[in-house]
Amino acid sequence: MAVEARTLAPPPGLKVAEELPDVIPARKPLKGFWGVVRRRPAAALGGAILLAMIAVAAFAPLLGTVDPGELAPSRRLRPPSADFWFGTDMLGRDLYSRVVYGAQVSLVVGFSVAVLASVFGLAIGLVSGTVRWIDGVVMRLIDGMMSIPPILLAVALMALTRGSLQNVVIAITLAEIPRVARLVRGVVLSLREQPYIDAAIAAGTSTPMLVIRHILPNTLAPMTVQATYICASAMIVEAILSFIGAGVPPITPSWGNIMAEGRALWQVKPTIVFFPAIFLSLTVLAVNLLGDGLRDALDPRMAKSL
Amino acid sequence: MIAGDQASPEDVEKIRAGLGLDRPYLIRFFEWVGQILSGDLGTSIFTNMPVTTMIAQRVEPTLSLMIVTLIIAVGVAVPMGVVAAWKADTWVDRSAMAFAVFGFSTPVFVVGYLIAYVFALKLGWFPVQGYKPISAGVGPWIQSLILPSVTLALVYIALIARITRAAMLDVLGQDYIRTAKAKGVGQRRILFVHGLKNAAVPIVTVIGIGVALLIGGAVVTESVFAIPGLGRLVVDAILRRDYPVIQGVVLLFSFVYVLVNLAVDLVYVWVDPRIRY
Repeated sequence: MAVEARTLAPPPGLKVAEELPDVIPARKPLKGFWGVVRRRPAAALGGAILLAMIAVAAFAPLLGTVDPGELAPSRRLRPPSADFWFGTDMLGRDLYSRVVYGAQVSLVVGFSVAVLASVFGLAIGLVSGTVRWIDGVVMRLIDGMMSIPPILLAVALMALTRGSLQNVVIAITLAEIPRVARLVRGVVLSLREQPYIDAAIAAGTSTPMLVIRHILPNTLAPMTVQATYICASAMIVEAILSFIGAGVPPITPSWGNIMAEGRALWQVKPTIVFFPAIFLSLTVLAVNLLGDGLRDALDPRMAKSL
Repeated sequence: MIAGDQASPEDVEKIRAGLGLDRPYLIRFFEWVGQILSGDLGTSIFTNMPVTTMIAQRVEPTLSLMIVTLIIAVGVAVPMGVVAAWKADTWVDRSAMAFAVFGFSTPVFVVGYLIAYVFALKLGWFPVQGYKPISAGVGPWIQSLILPSVTLALVYIALIARITRAAMLDVLGQDYIRTAKAKGVGQRRILFVHGLKNAAVPIVTVIGIGVALLIGGAVVTESVFAIPGLGRLVVDAILRRDYPVIQGVVLLFSFVYVLVNLAVDLVYVWVDPRIRY
């Protein structure tokens, strides 16, 4: 129509507006690496810090460190200097090396707990959300576990066993599983009311297939977000356990252990406590920022409210 | 462990029998439950004192710490969340939420050492460590509690402020808020009477859940500030493997946690009369 109209001669004095371009050029979506950085600067920053920490932990022996357990009583409590970047502790050990090696413990604990708690929590939540009679039993058990604050549960579990990295991971995982199982069960219960699940049942899908093909994929997004928060909280709990002497053996340089050792002297030599503290806070902050970014990306409805 | 490195097998056997460790688990468990119901938490392996006495001596500092923390946290976090929701997407909101993320990420003892270093060691405003019982006067008592409470409150503030903001944003988008504005109700009244009252349920819930954080944090804060409370008691007990004491304190904390959350459920009825049980 518009084309036809234009073929008629316009009355004199009337100006015809310029034709609009056929296609309005789309705003270029922010894609690729720099797109992510521009849209979610906080999450990108968190990712960068986390990657740096992983690099520090992985390449600890190459970063100008010495043996973190090497004792040298003659150079105790040195302030930071060119030789000892962060100074030395009360046994003359190089604090920089100890802090760098400490990154390994925190990251290993954080990631293993996040993975283990997710896997077990996911399994328990799926079964409990699907099978009615198991649900009652499992949920009462979880109610009981949730009545004990997680840190306290981990502390109590550690009191029963020897302090080792493995036991720390197990203790924190057990303390975190109930929360994951609850979350997954909640998602499963709400998914079961969806019409497409009814359709799948009507089409004769067997229950295990239904869970694996139709329910599991939909629980993964909230799970992943929860996993990052668990990772952050596991690192804090690990440091607290070490700090109060119920964590990894004191001989292992973990951030919590270094701070526990520096505790007696912190009024005179605050550096011993502050360097591991800064590293720990930075790492946890990085994981939390990443978690917030993931939540915004995977769950826009939640993102708007929080 | 208790008998020392050079214990003979007979000694070990004697101690095991004395502690009743030679009898079946199930019987011991029911005996333990029976004891608890009659108000007996057992006897400490290390000091030989009844666990209830040991706990009673340590309750006051921990209780004071938690109550002062709760007051500070709620007093700061709720207004912060309300203002952040009111000024949503402005710099006020952004900085409040950035503060919340930081508060959430910084472990309790890191905050503790940092503020103790600045306010006690450098500025000398507060005592560095230690605890003064309330019987020594309210002034010294509150002074010895300010730094530990602020430390402990930070995580809690972050949590409550985030939830408050979210709940308020939800409520402020409702029609009756627009109606209130249209009929000329003042801004403050809208926020605190029309808004906050209707946003109260999630806020009260998170305050209850956050008591878990408070308990975990108290264990650490008491270590940092050398406060002789229940947290220190349980930490010392762990280091000595003094199981009756560990059991007793964990049981007490869990009991308090359950009780607080029950209280929260009861408060619902008061904030939101639509809820009935």
